[in-house]
Amino acid sequence: MEELEEQLLREVLSFYRGKKNELIPILLEVQGNFSYLPEDAIQLIASFLNIAEGEIYSVASFYAQFRLLPLGRQCVTVCRGTACHIRGSHQILQEIEKAVGVKEGETSSDMEYTLETVACIGCCALAPCLRINNNVHGEMTLEKVRGLFNPESSSGLSLDGRG
Amino acid sequence: MRMIKKQYSLTVCQGTGCISGGAEDIFSSLEDEIDRLNLGEGIRIKRTGCHGFCQRGPLVVVDPETSSGLFYSKVAPGDVSDIIQSFLPGGKPVERLFYRDPASSKPIPNYHDIPFYRKQERIVLRNCGHIDPEDIDDYLATGGYQALRKALFEMTPEQIIAEVKQSGLRGLGGAGFPAGRKWEATFRAGGNEKYVICNADEGDPGAFQDRSVLEADPHSVLEGMVIAGYAVGARRGFIYVRAEYPLAVKRLRIAITQARDKGFLGRDILGSGFGFDIEIFRGAGAFVCGESTALVLSIEGKRGMPKPLPRPRTAEVGLWGKPTLLNNVKTFANIPLIIVRGSEWFASRGTETSKGTAIFSLTGKVANCGLIEVPMGTRLREIIFDIGGGVPGGKAFKAVQTGGPSGGCIPASLLDMPVDFDSLTAAGSMMGSGGMVVMDEDTCMVDVARYFLDFTQRESCGQCIPCRVGTKQMFSVLDDITTGQGRPEDIDLLLELGESVAGTSLCALGQTAPNPVLTTIRYFRDEYEAHIHEKRCPAGVCQALVSKTPSLSKREGEGDK
Repeated sequence: MEELEEQLLREVLSFYRGKKNELIPILLEVQGNFSYLPEDAIQLIASFLNIAEGEIYSVASFYAQFRLLPLGRQCVTVCRGTACHIRGSHQILQEIEKAVGVKEGETSSDMEYTLETVACIGCCALAPCLRINNNVHGEMTLEKVRGLFNPESSSGLSLDGRG
Repeated sequence: MRMIKKQYSLTVCQGTGCISGGAEDIFSSLEDEIDRLNLGEGIRIKRTGCHGFCQRGPLVVVDPETSSGLFYSKVAPGDVSDIIQSFLPGGKPVERLFYRDPASSKPIPNYHDIPFYRKQERIVLRNCGHIDPEDIDDYLATGGYQALRKALFEMTPEQIIAEVKQSGLRGLGGAGFPAGRKWEATFRAGGNEKYVICNADEGDPGAFQDRSVLEADPHSVLEGMVIAGYAVGARRGFIYVRAEYPLAVKRLRIAITQARDKGFLGRDILGSGFGFDIEIFRGAGAFVCGESTALVLSIEGKRGMPKPLPRPRTAEVGLWGKPTLLNNVKTFANIPLIIVRGSEWFASRGTETSKGTAIFSLTGKVANCGLIEVPMGTRLREIIFDIGGGVPGGKAFKAVQTGGPSGGCIPASLLDMPVDFDSLTAAGSMMGSGGMVVMDEDTCMVDVARYFLDFTQRESCGQCIPCRVGTKQMFSVLDDITTGQGRPEDIDLLLELGESVAGTSLCALGQTAPNPVLTTIRYFRDEYEAHIHEKRCPAGVCQALVSKTPSLSKREGEGDK
C-alpha cells in the first residue's frame, strides 16, 4: 500500500474506537475512499479491530455493496428492480454490454467502465433506470443508451458522469 | 422592487426522481431569476421532498397549500423564465407545463384536481412535497414535535402503548404484526438497556416509499422513534438505511443534527429528564436483513443471517442481547399523528382488521407511476385505474404484483378486491413493503416468476437447505421453461418444491419465496402450459421462444410522455 493511501486509511480509522461492531461502517467508508476494499486495507482493519482477516472477508462477501476489485472510472449500475424488469431493463443491460464491451460484473481493461446491476435504485416510477457514478438516469431507451455511451456524442458520459 | 399582486410560494421537488431530471438546476435557476428581477419579497421559493408523482418530474408547485395551487410537470431549465414571468402583472400560468389527463389529453392546472392526488388520503405522506426536509422549522410549523411534547409531559409510557394498541396500527414493513403488541413486549422485557431500531433497509425491488418518506419528511420518523423510546424505556435508537439511498442518509443526518440543536434529541429532551439519541447505520445490501434477527446481527458487524429456530423475539432478546423494538419507517411516521389526534381518529379509516392507510409504490405498466397513500380497504381497481390512470397504450391489464419477492401476482378477476393485509394474503400475495407493479398483456408471467426466483436464490443467506437449494432448483426449472426446455411434469414439480421451501425454510425470505411462482401457476397456468407444451411465449417476452421480441424502442411510444 502506498504511503498516501495508508495515511488516508489511518485517518479514516482514527474516527473509530476499534470495536468489532464498527466493521461494516468502516468497510463502507474505506470503500467510499478507495472504490473497493484493497487487500492491504483489510489487513490493517483486521489488526485495528483485533479480528481475523477471514472474518472481514466473510462479512465483505456476504453484503452486495462490497467489492474486492477496483472500480472503473465510470461505474454503470443498471437497476434490476421489478418495475425496471417489466419495462425492459434486460434489454438495456444487453445494449450497454454491447456498447462498452464488458459483461455485468466486469471492468474494462482500460479501467474506464465497470458494469454492475443492483436489486433496486428506488426510482421505480422512472423505470427502466440506471446510475452512472452518482447520477440517476431514468426512462431509459435503447436510443438513450446509445447516446450515453457513444464517445462521439456530445451528450456523452464525460458531461454528467464524473460529477 | 417590482410589484407583484400577492405573495407566492413556489416549491421545487428535490426527491431522487426529480433530481435525476435536473431539479437541482431548476431550483437554482429559479432562485437566480427571482434575484435578478428583485422579486424576493413577493416569491418565496423552497425545496421539498418527494411529491410521489416522480414520473412527471421535475415538479414545481405554485402555492401548494391553497385550493388554486398550480402543478407544473416535466419542468426544464428553459421554462424557468416563463414561470417567473407568470407572477408579474399581466402574467399568465404556463399552460404547456400543465399535467394532462392521459385519456382525454385535457390539461388539469390545479394540483388538487389531478386524479392521481385527488383520490389519495395522505397521512404518512402528509408533509411529503410540502415541507423543506432540511429545515426543522418547516416541520415545526406544521405542528411537528407537538406529539413528542404531549407524550413526554401528558402521558405515561403505559398510556402511549395503550393508544398505539387501540389505534390498530400494524407494522408496515411487511408482515403486519400489530405495532402496539411489539411495543408492549419491549416495554415489559426486563433490563435497563433497550434499543429502538427503525428498519429503512427497503430491500424489495419495486418499492421506494421508505426512501421517499426519509427524503421528504425525516423528522416525522425521528419524532416517532423518540416517542417509542420513551414508551418502551430505550435510550438509544438506530436507523438502518439502505446504502443505495445516499440522499436519504444525507437528509437524516441534517435532521438529527437539527433535532439535537433544538433539544428533541439528547440527554434531557425538552427538560423532561428523558434522554434518547439516534444514530444512522448504513446497510450494506442484503435483502435478508429485512428479517429482524438478521438486521440486528448486521448492526453488530456480522453477516446478516437470521438466528436459528427456536429464536427469541427481538423485543426480548435483540441488539447485543437486549430488548429491541424494531419497526418500519412508515410505522414510526404514523406515531406522531396517533399521539396528537388519538387512536380513534386513526382507527376510523381502514378495514376491520387493517386500520389507517396503506402506501404503495405504483409502478410498471400504468399511466401514472408514483407513490400513493390510500385508506386500507381501497379497491385494487380504484388504485390502478382511478389513481393510476389504467394501463397505457390501449393494452389490456393482466396482473398486479404486490409484496415484491415475497408476494404474488393478482389477476384481473380480483380487481374489485379491497386491499388490506388479510385480503392480499388470502389472494396468495402479501402487503410486503408496498410495491405494486402493474403488468399488461406484454408481460410474461413465467418470466416474472423466474425473475423473482432469480432474485431470492441470489439473496438467500445460504444457511438453511430448503431456501438455499430449493430456490435454486425452482429457479432452474423456471429457467428451463422460459428457454423452451420445460417438461410436462415441471408444473407439479414447482408446486411440490414451493410447498417444501415455504414450509421448512428458517425465515420469511424462504417461507415466502415460492409465492411469485405459486400465484402465477394458480392464476396463469395457461401461460406455463403454452411455454411447456407449445414452446410458445404468449406475451412474446422469452427470447428463446419468440423469433422477434418487441423492442424497447417500439414500446417507447406507449404512454403519454
